[in-house]
Amino acid sequence: MTTIQESDIVRLPRGVRLREDKRRGGWVLLAPERVFQLDGIAQAVVGHVDGERSVGAIIDGLCETYQAPRERIAEDVTAMFAGLVEKRVLEVA
Amino acid sequence: MTHSQAHDVQPPMGMLAELTHRCPLQCPYCSNPVALERRRQELDTATWQRVFAEAAELGVLQVHLSGGEPALRPDLPELVTACVDAGLYSNLITAGVNIDRVRLETLADAGLDHVQLSFQGATPEVTDHVANMTGAHARKRAFAAEVTDVGLPLTLNAVIHRANLHQIDEFVDLAVELGARRLEIAHAQYYGWALVNRAALMPSREQVMEAVERVEAARERLQGRLVIDAVVPDYHARLPKPCMNGWGRQSLNVTPSGKVLPCHAAETIPHLEFWNVADHGLREIWYDSPAFNAYRGTDWMPETCQSCERKEIDWGGCRCQALMLTGDATQMDPVCEKSPYHDEVQTLAVRDASGASEFTYRRFARTTESA
Repeated sequence: MTTIQESDIVRLPRGVRLREDKRRGGWVLLAPERVFQLDGIAQAVVGHVDGERSVGAIIDGLCETYQAPRERIAEDVTAMFAGLVEKRVLEVA
Repeated sequence: MTHSQAHDVQPPMGMLAELTHRCPLQCPYCSNPVALERRRQELDTATWQRVFAEAAELGVLQVHLSGGEPALRPDLPELVTACVDAGLYSNLITAGVNIDRVRLETLADAGLDHVQLSFQGATPEVTDHVANMTGAHARKRAFAAEVTDVGLPLTLNAVIHRANLHQIDEFVDLAVELGARRLEIAHAQYYGWALVNRAALMPSREQVMEAVERVEAARERLQGRLVIDAVVPDYHARLPKPCMNGWGRQSLNVTPSGKVLPCHAAETIPHLEFWNVADHGLREIWYDSPAFNAYRGTDWMPETCQSCERKEIDWGGCRCQALMLTGDATQMDPVCEKSPYHDEVQTLAVRDASGASEFTYRRFARTTESA
C-alpha cells in the first residue's frame, strides 16, 4: 500500500506524458502501452504536477480553485497520487 | 447515412506500425503472417512520415514501432522524429539484438518515449533456442542495461508457451534485475506461425493455471515496483478474449507494404478487402474500408452473441480464431462455452499439449528472389 505525504514532491516519470486529446476532447496521460483518460478533476490535479511543488502546495493551490474543505481535498489528492504511483505513472522525487 | 456512421465509429487510439518483416530472430510464434512481406515491398520514409501525420490527425495517440525488427530500418530515427512532430507517443518494440549504444542514444534524443524488449526465455538456453539465435539472450541483457542507463522506460515482453512456462518466476526476477518498469506475460496466440507450431507450444491446463497463480503472486509482491500485464491463454478458457477490444474500435495495424488491417492476423480471413495507404488516406481507410466495417459493432453477430449480456464486453471474441476453428468468421469465437465448437477446442488443446516439441522456425519462404 503506497502512502503519499504532503511533504513529498511528485513528478511524471520519463515515458509518461500529459497532453490534450483534441480529437476526443479532454486530457490524457500517455504511459507505456496505456492511455489514461482523465476526468476534469484528475486533469486539474495532475496538471499541477511539475516536479517542484510539494503535494501540500498542490493541495493549497486546489483549495483556492475549489470551494471544499482542505481536509477533503487533501484526502482525494493523496489517494489519487498513491493510485498513480502504484500504476507507475507517477513517482516521488 | 453511411455504413460507418451507423456504427457510431470512434477514432482509433493506437496504431501498430510494422516497419519491416525482416528479423534476426526466428521465433516459432511470431505474430507476422506466414507469407512475410519482403524488403522491396516496404514503404519508404516519406510514406511512413505521411502515415504518422495522418494517424495523429485521425485521433491516434500512441504508435508502436514494430516489425519484424524495426531497427533493421536505417531510417528509424527519422520515423521516431515524425511521431514526435505529430505529437504521437512512440513505443519501440524490439528484439534488442542489433541496436548499439550510439543508435539508442540517437533514438532517445529524437524523442522516443518507451522501449519494449522481448525475451524468449529467462535463461540463455531457452532464449537462444526459442529465438533460434546463438547469443541472443546475452545481447538482450546488455541492451536492457543500455536502455535504463540512457534513462528510457523499459518493458520486458515474454511470450510464454510450453517450452518456457516454467520460467514465470525467473522472468519476474529478470524484469526486476534489469530495471524494467513493466512486464508483459503473454501466452502465445495461435495465429500464423504459432498455429503452425501449436502442438509444440500448447501448454496443459494445469500448467496454465499454475502460471496464472504465479503471475498473481508476483503482482501482489511487487505492487508499485513492477507493473505486470498478463495476456491469458484462450484455448483453455470458458469465455473469449475481447479481441482488439472490438474489431475496428480502438486500433489499426499497418503492414510493411502499407496494407491497413484491423489486427495483425486479419489477413487470415481470405475474403476481406484491405486498403493500402498508397491508395487511400488513413481516415478514409478507418471509416470506409470494407475490412474495417466487416465486423464492427454487433450487427454482424450470430443470434447467441446478439442476446448475450457480454456482447459489448468481449465483442464476440476473435474473428480470425472463429474462421480458423469453425470455418466461418461470423461464428462466435469457439473458445466461448456457448459455442457448439467449444468442446472440440478443449479436446484439441489437450491433444496439442502432448504434441511433439520440434519448432518450425519463422523464416522467409525460399524463392529465387532475395528478401
